[in-house]
Amino acid sequence: MPLIDESTIPAEAKSLVSEIGSTPDKSIPLLQEMQRRYGYIPEKLVEAVAKEIGMPLAELYGVATFYSQFRFTPVGKYLIRVCKGTACHVAGTEMLYSVISDELNVDEGETTEDMLFTLTSVACLGCCSLAPVVMINDTVYGKLTTAKIKKILNGYRNEKG
Amino acid sequence: MKKAKLIVGLGSCGIAAGAQDIYDYISSKVEGTSVEMGITSCVGLCHAEPIVDVLTAEERITYGNVDRKFADKLLEALQEGELPRENRILDSEEEKKYLEPQVKIVLKNCGVIDPESIDEYIQTGGYEALKKCLTTMKPEEIIEEIKKSGLRGRGGAGFPTAVKWSFLAASPSKIKYLVCNADEGDPGAFMDRAIMEGDPHAVIEGMVIGSYATGADHGYIYCRAEYPLALKRIKKAISEAEERNFLGENILQSGLSFHLDVKEGAGAFVCGEETALIASIEGKRGMPRLRPPFPAQSGIGGYPTNINNVETWVNVPRIILNGASSFNKYSYGKSFGTKIFALAGKIKRGGLIEVPMGLSIRNIVEEIGGGTTTGLPVKAVQIGGPAGGCIPDSLFDTPIDYDSINATGAIMGSGGLVVMDEKTCMVDVAKYFLSFTQKESCGKCTFCRIGTKRMLEILEKITEGKGEEEDMGKLENLAHHVNKTSLCGLGQLAPNPVLTTLKYFRKEYEAHIFEKRCPAGVCKALITMVVIDDKCTGCMLCKKACPVNAISGERKQVHSIDPDICTRCGICVETCKYDAIEVL
Repeated sequence: MPLIDESTIPAEAKSLVSEIGSTPDKSIPLLQEMQRRYGYIPEKLVEAVAKEIGMPLAELYGVATFYSQFRFTPVGKYLIRVCKGTACHVAGTEMLYSVISDELNVDEGETTEDMLFTLTSVACLGCCSLAPVVMINDTVYGKLTTAKIKKILNGYRNEKG
Repeated sequence: MKKAKLIVGLGSCGIAAGAQDIYDYISSKVEGTSVEMGITSCVGLCHAEPIVDVLTAEERITYGNVDRKFADKLLEALQEGELPRENRILDSEEEKKYLEPQVKIVLKNCGVIDPESIDEYIQTGGYEALKKCLTTMKPEEIIEEIKKSGLRGRGGAGFPTAVKWSFLAASPSKIKYLVCNADEGDPGAFMDRAIMEGDPHAVIEGMVIGSYATGADHGYIYCRAEYPLALKRIKKAISEAEERNFLGENILQSGLSFHLDVKEGAGAFVCGEETALIASIEGKRGMPRLRPPFPAQSGIGGYPTNINNVETWVNVPRIILNGASSFNKYSYGKSFGTKIFALAGKIKRGGLIEVPMGLSIRNIVEEIGGGTTTGLPVKAVQIGGPAGGCIPDSLFDTPIDYDSINATGAIMGSGGLVVMDEKTCMVDVAKYFLSFTQKESCGKCTFCRIGTKRMLEILEKITEGKGEEEDMGKLENLAHHVNKTSLCGLGQLAPNPVLTTLKYFRKEYEAHIFEKRCPAGVCKALITMVVIDDKCTGCMLCKKACPVNAISGERKQVHSIDPDICTRCGICVETCKYDAIEVL
């Protein structure tokens, strides 16, 4: 995902608004599109979009911070989502989480220094019969053990070179 | 090669289990032959994914746990004749127990038809109910039929659907909205996802019938963004339905117009609550408000709005097409029809099941589910998600019925049913659910915002071995206040997991507090990992796996774990092939 180039912000805000719309009910779709393009919500872009649609910045920011989908810092190439649903919890997801956290040396929401991995947890991915489950970008890995997840992470690391 | 169609189950969990790879693999092998490929969605047998159906002129055979090697075997068999006997699921006496108690009304198409093809939906009777409504029924007759069926809201609260509809129908407003609540937020629940992935047109048909019955001309499907496949399929279904004029202007030349849009939720559990969901559709922070006015009086943009859950909407075309009696012949007390559950946790045959009202929890756990994966006795089921509660095995004869389940202190909820065995700590489960609701509290009501936080702190204290005698009383007192002073269901029901575990598993709380012991061996501060000398072979696997180097011992010598270094992460227990590490 690209980091936003600040000089393009006014044009970017215009393009978002013309694509999604400017009525108040479009606030969430606008934020979702921002995140789709950049992997996170760039602060300066929220300011520009608020101005563009004539909504107080506090209101748009208030919406953005209310919903857990939105992130305000750039994410790594691979976004790791550890499922913390009930079935996964009972199946030992805490152990998996701490293995990943130790292995990558990052905590919740943090990104590795090489910008390769971001670690987050989600409430439930809905693949309960495959518990414990971890999603990396769009791929879901089920029935995981600590050994399996280490192998998977290594696989992603090696793709890098 | 024999003429056949191979149908691969491509639901989210099937794909996660490798079904997409199997589909691509078989497709590449059968190109140019008489074997045709097809897709369907989740048939509910999640424990047997990936699943491939072989459809020949004579029969349809379902194979489970299909890998590339077995796929090769299937293709060979199609060339030479006899289809393999192994990996057939639902063939053995034991597996038949999975299907026999089930009644598929809502799920009848899931795992059977191709969800991305409107033609397959139509071939199985799809949109016939809508035609019947538009050509032979008046709006009030539809509401009457739904009333007769006894359908109650499947989102959890169980409010009679026909009553809700009649409020909206009675409103003189020119603009009215319908909403399908697909913001399935309960951890451990995936019924709505499976329906939308498996039978999206049924949701649309239900809503169009609803629009005719209530006079609403616009609808929203509010689906969480975490379900990309469900979103893709429902959007495709909407555009196909519009092309065929089952949606849009002047539907089937009847004069009825109904437009449907998809709204993606952004990850807020509280948006499952009606007024919060409406705020979210309006683009605001998803916070609930005081009712009245009810959504039927003032909903989206101030206009009358009716919200039903996915499962409720899909029941509508089934009831209309086959009559109320086909539905309410399944009944227990004041509950009619069927209920879908996502059976998960430590269960042998987990998956998506649909059972008639009145079936007991024991039937579900023991017959349909086949008991636990571990072979250990079942201790409890957690039903109804974070707003629900834990029901102990002594109450497993409780029937599936809104009122009977409420009487235990749990709720029917939307359909999460997580099975727990003796290795599940009930205090930890209560802490887990409370940490979820505490995080998801929108913060509007003081007791929900702060009271759940204080409750969570007490539970953390207990699981860390610092619990005191008065903590249980404090929890009950706080639970009472959180319940009484919260505006919406999230706060009102948040104490349920704590209250039910305190009620049925008080001994476990007492063991944590007085004996500083976790009977299930889960709470880290209260357990120690010990090597069983007789079983340890000195293979050194655990020593290598231990992330903190707490294990010492030479090759072929009995190892030992230093409790001062050990972090109780459990990796050694998972790694040991000889069950030589015990949790005390």
